[in-house]
Amino acid sequence: MTRNSISFWIGATLFLVAVLLMTQVIGNQYPFFAGYVILQFVVLAVAWSILGGYAGYVNFGTSAFFGIGVYTAVFLFKAFSAPLAVQIAAAAAVGAFLGFALGLLTLRMQGIFFSIATIALTIIIETSVTNWRYVGGAAGIQLQRPPGTWPFDNYVQMLFFVQALLVVLAIAIARFIQASWIGRGLQALKDDELAAECTGVPTLRLKVLACVISGALMCAAGAPAAMYLQYADPSSAFNLNYSVSVLAMSLIGGTAHWAGPVVGAILLGTTQQLLTVTISSEVNVLVLGVMLVLFVVVAPEGIIGLIRRAGNNRRGGKT
Amino acid sequence: MDLLLDAVVIGVLLGCFYAAVSLGLSVSFGLLDVPHVAHPAFLVMASYAVYFLNDRFGIDPLLAGLLITPLLFLFGLVAYRLYYETFEKRGSDAGVRGIAFFFGIAFIIEVLLILQFGVDQRSVTASYIGKAWRIGDMRIPFRLVVAFAVAALLTILLTLYLSRTFMGRAIRAVAQDQEALRLMGANPIRIKQWAFGIATAVLGVAGALLIIVAPVEPTLDRTYIGRTFCVVVMAGLGSMTGTLIAAIILGVAETIVLTLFGASWAPAISFAMLLGVLAVRPQGLFGRRS
Repeated sequence: MTRNSISFWIGATLFLVAVLLMTQVIGNQYPFFAGYVILQFVVLAVAWSILGGYAGYVNFGTSAFFGIGVYTAVFLFKAFSAPLAVQIAAAAAVGAFLGFALGLLTLRMQGIFFSIATIALTIIIETSVTNWRYVGGAAGIQLQRPPGTWPFDNYVQMLFFVQALLVVLAIAIARFIQASWIGRGLQALKDDELAAECTGVPTLRLKVLACVISGALMCAAGAPAAMYLQYADPSSAFNLNYSVSVLAMSLIGGTAHWAGPVVGAILLGTTQQLLTVTISSEVNVLVLGVMLVLFVVVAPEGIIGLIRRAGNNRRGGKT
Repeated sequence: MDLLLDAVVIGVLLGCFYAAVSLGLSVSFGLLDVPHVAHPAFLVMASYAVYFLNDRFGIDPLLAGLLITPLLFLFGLVAYRLYYETFEKRGSDAGVRGIAFFFGIAFIIEVLLILQFGVDQRSVTASYIGKAWRIGDMRIPFRLVVAFAVAALLTILLTLYLSRTFMGRAIRAVAQDQEALRLMGANPIRIKQWAFGIATAVLGVAGALLIIVAPVEPTLDRTYIGRTFCVVVMAGLGSMTGTLIAAIILGVAETIVLTLFGASWAPAISFAMLLGVLAVRPQGLFGRRS
């Protein structure tokens, strides 16, 4: 293990311990409610970047995966009262399958066509769920949270901890991909798919793999949301706002490094929480859109890129 | 059987209307290759401008659509310039960020409309809205007929413009071979900017039709992403006649599914057809590219 990864795992463990301590010490429920959403966006943004950042395929279907995660959990809970871990695992499996299907779409589509196809997928799945009576149809469905289990005296605290676990998992996977041949292959096909194919990069397999991993993580991140909200309806579970938020977080943070989406999600997620509480949820989407456009135009490499450039300048100044 | 015939007739009328709202995209995306995801948002914005003029000053919606056309043209010029300076000129990685850029713009427009007009549905008033024609048992809403007539006129005008006028031919030339145009001493960027202006200007009347046919709400653009891109991709990028035919196919398919399965499946039809076309025949039915 390199020094880098040792410090990563120490950091991850410290993070989880801190989260666990938080659930034991803080009595007020609000920090968990707000923190949960931020952690959820961290997972989604990191997962999005695996396909969107490394491979350069802009996926507008984040909300499709998120919604599928939510509804997998809803279905399992209603049909079998399945525990949370089962809900998340099943959602990840469904997400992987959906990611596989999406990966096959990339066979023939690139650029804008792929992006439009992911929107299409979202709406089609949303419409199907809307017409599925068992999980509530268009009207939505109410769910009753079970009581918290040890060591958590409250279910929301547990969800908060579970989402923190997913954050660590997602980042670990993204780190691994970035450092391995998979990441380099994705990078190559992002720069020039034809050239990559010619030099022996298995582009199709890599793209499908990226779709599968990204999809599984997004669905897993969505699964606990059913229990978190105690309610699910198609138009909010599949809301395109998730897609634009996650897209904005990833691009604003910067997609060249796994830390980019993390930084972006924490920054924007926190801002969103503050804005939603203090002003309104419309203004919060507006701020998100404006930030997205500004960053895409002015700082295409995102915050990570800005930091790197600043570092280079300082080093350049010394010599 | 009567029901089916009804559906087909309404579908054809509706289809022409879909053609009208897709024409702009057919130029901007089909001919210029701009990943214009914000096209439907521009369209809804135009509808709200028409609503505002109609509600405040009682101007006829179609006239209002014509009135805002020059403004939209200027808006299109500025939008393309911004897009060109920030993405096309720099070249690398324009794909990802260009799409994100237009997606962001679409959301900004949506939210601004919500903040200004609220989330409620808005509609316009005019003498031809609400009446219907009766032919035998068939009942054809008059607003659809108006939309049909105006849409057909718009399509013909734009087709003529692109095939008969100097600027129109230049636009098609720039779509075919930008480098060749540069070698002929023409400035392809200026032509593309002009074309994008035209593509946006057409939205004035199209937006008027949108709000004549049915009430609009700020998030309506999401549904129309499916409809407009379905039409343009099915038409084969950049073909105006193809746009009309593809739009009619979509319109008929939508009304038939509506009649048979109910309204709750409606949003998925255009997206499903879009996916189908992309998967099976990406060059579209009347494609200019092999």
